[in-house]
Amino acid sequence: MVTVGPVAGRNAAQSPATGPTVDGARAVAETVTDPELPMLTLHDLGVLRDVHLQDDGTLVVGITPTYSGCPAMAEMRADLSRALHAAGFADVEVRTVLSPPWTTDDVTPRGRQVLAEHGIAPPGPAPRRAPGPVPLTLGARRPNVSCPQCGSRDTVETSRFGSTACKALYRCRSCAEPFEHVKAI
Amino acid sequence: MPPHEDENAYESLAVAAGDPYAGERWAFGTGFDDPLAGVDTTVPPGVDARALARECLALGDDGLILSQRLALWVSNAHELEDEVALANIALDLLGQARLLLARAAQADASLRPPNAPAHIPDEDALAYWRDAPQFTNVWLAELDDEHDFAKCVARLFVLSTWRLAVLTRLVGSPDPVLSAIAAKAVAELSYHREYAAGWVIRLGDGTDLSHARMHDAMAWAWFRHFELFQISDGDVCGEVSTVVDQVRAAARLTKRERRCPARPWSGRSGEHTDALVALLAELQSVARANPEATW
Repeated sequence: MVTVGPVAGRNAAQSPATGPTVDGARAVAETVTDPELPMLTLHDLGVLRDVHLQDDGTLVVGITPTYSGCPAMAEMRADLSRALHAAGFADVEVRTVLSPPWTTDDVTPRGRQVLAEHGIAPPGPAPRRAPGPVPLTLGARRPNVSCPQCGSRDTVETSRFGSTACKALYRCRSCAEPFEHVKAI
Repeated sequence: MPPHEDENAYESLAVAAGDPYAGERWAFGTGFDDPLAGVDTTVPPGVDARALARECLALGDDGLILSQRLALWVSNAHELEDEVALANIALDLLGQARLLLARAAQADASLRPPNAPAHIPDEDALAYWRDAPQFTNVWLAELDDEHDFAKCVARLFVLSTWRLAVLTRLVGSPDPVLSAIAAKAVAELSYHREYAAGWVIRLGDGTDLSHARMHDAMAWAWFRHFELFQISDGDVCGEVSTVVDQVRAAARLTKRERRCPARPWSGRSGEHTDALVALLAELQSVARANPEATW
């Protein structure tokens, strides 16, 4: 499921004078897509945290799981390694970064646009949590989610949980289409 | 946007000969590797490593066992949406368990069961190669809900309320790894608690029949909260009581069971019911029968 664009690969990563550069590596890493939402790059999803070169020449890439149970971390690691090896980086180490935890606020503006274009309503602002106990708010009105098909705000949540951990199921009352929504977290 | 070359899921399942990454990607959830890969796992000076390991093991065991209980609802729930919800919650808890069990074994290597095959990671060794007396989960996680959905959501409500209260405080742990695991878990558990509370209210504040069944289920779950309170400080107990009372009021379930157990249980010290033995037999049999298997 690797979908590294040929242009962003070798050409961007290699500069004739200095060999592979960290900027080139970042450009390559930013083209690797999410295994479960293949229209989104890991960068757009906010999962790609860091790309840097160590003194010993190892290229270190940091990724963060969306949810603790994300089953695709090994796959993401393999996809990143493969893309970077193909771009000329021999020593690549993909590290898990747990802190700070991933939030949907890390999804880029382009990521939000791509989600909407694919019929998935992008997340609203993540809930702000004050330190201390998390209050349970019963019957709180959630902000309306716009239907990605027709734009109507007359939508209803049909299930808090969907096909992947990060999505909820919704239905539009105007056009009657069901759709998925990335939950703000 | 880059083109998609292999959108056919089955094509990407095929392991290409000579592909060095093939073993890691033949399907989701395979090629398990260290969930803490690349994380700095040094235990900071001043932190009691054995106490940290015990704490991670206990919370990891709660997550693993409750996850397995919830997974038993897949293909058995009353409607697909709730099955998907329970499966998602089980997955979150399993993810938390993987991180916590891995952290436990790093902090205290002696926790790794000696009978586990050398090639499997610590989290698998702890999950598959311990017997019931070595598990430290609370009783509320292991009890068989007998496919009673009211019991399922009552247990999930009480346990996720308590787990959220505990992990919220562990965000301030002096161990940066436990702190990071807790910070991720807090956001997830807030959703679990909200889901379970929603059902407790819907059934409690529903028909006479659903009210009666939800009452019985809450009594069943709440009877087991004594164990949780015994291992928690007053601050956590206070938060759990407040949230439970809030939901009881909204669910018209204000008649509280006053019964309390004659003798406190102690899942944390390895005392368990037969329900855990049966659950572990199912969870562990394949891994034990095929110790060389990888998945």
